[in-house]
Amino acid sequence: MELISAIVEHYNYWAVIFLMVGGLYIVVAKSNMIKTLIGMALFQTSVYLLYLSPGKVLGGTPPILDKAIKTYSNPLPHVLILTAIVVGVATLAMGLALIVRINEAYGSIEEDEVIDLVDREDAAE
Amino acid sequence: MVLLTLIAAITVGIIRLKNLFAVVVLFSAYSFLMASVMLVLDAVDVALTEAAVGAGISTVLLLGALYLTKSEEAPARFSSLVPLLVAGGTAVILVWGTWGLPDFGSATSPVNTGVGSEYIARSYEETHIPNVVTAVLASYRGFDTLGEVTVVFTAAIGVMMLLNRGRGKGETQGEADGVGGGENGEG
Repeated sequence: MELISAIVEHYNYWAVIFLMVGGLYIVVAKSNMIKTLIGMALFQTSVYLLYLSPGKVLGGTPPILDKAIKTYSNPLPHVLILTAIVVGVATLAMGLALIVRINEAYGSIEEDEVIDLVDREDAAE
Repeated sequence: MVLLTLIAAITVGIIRLKNLFAVVVLFSAYSFLMASVMLVLDAVDVALTEAAVGAGISTVLLLGALYLTKSEEAPARFSSLVPLLVAGGTAVILVWGTWGLPDFGSATSPVNTGVGSEYIARSYEETHIPNVVTAVLASYRGFDTLGEVTVVFTAAIGVMMLLNRGRGKGETQGEADGVGGGENGEG
């Protein structure tokens, strides 16, 4: 019984950790730059979930005030994460624009191929 | 719980697939599931934003980038053992850390007894907006939102400069090559 309640109370955090580590793995292991950006986005979304999970109050409702309701979930994480989502998509757009430029210049979106090309150009000079 | 498990399954798919088009579609589904989880967690405003921005705009941006580049990932050159070890080690440390976090849904945790409950108690008298999230976002933390808008503005300018500059430079290079070719032909 204790084990079950421990699992239920921590399942959100474990899901967050799984997503976070998945994103980290993609960023470290993959050399394809678009995939790396998606990994970064996974990491970011896991942080959103990490912020929102403790703000939930069991039996609470969304923080829109009404006379009939007494318990609300915590509004502060929602505000912070709204800002974070918009900033996240801004960085994603910026990164994708950089990748498009790199592809125009080097004809590849694989990080190690681009590094090889740059090294070869440096050696030729 | 079911939704979170589904999200975890999609993450595995994103890690393993090589076709970037499939990865982008999976990422869109992931964002939509994430929005559903946020809805369950009572974060309605965030869920709306995530569904619009995460599942909508991000997907469009990624598909646009795929159209301009390539949609297939090259096979890995290095063994994935070291990244696996790094990720696994991080996971173990983080799971160990979760035992210090407040229980899910508890109303007496430090997170929920601080400034958040103050906002709920006072925001209607001070701003007359029933949606506390809007009141905090636009009123109490207005400068935060101003900073956010600045970031988006900077990113938009950056993207425009990067893409336009690329095209402009490509054209001038092409013209220069054309001129050079002409001279060679005359010579």
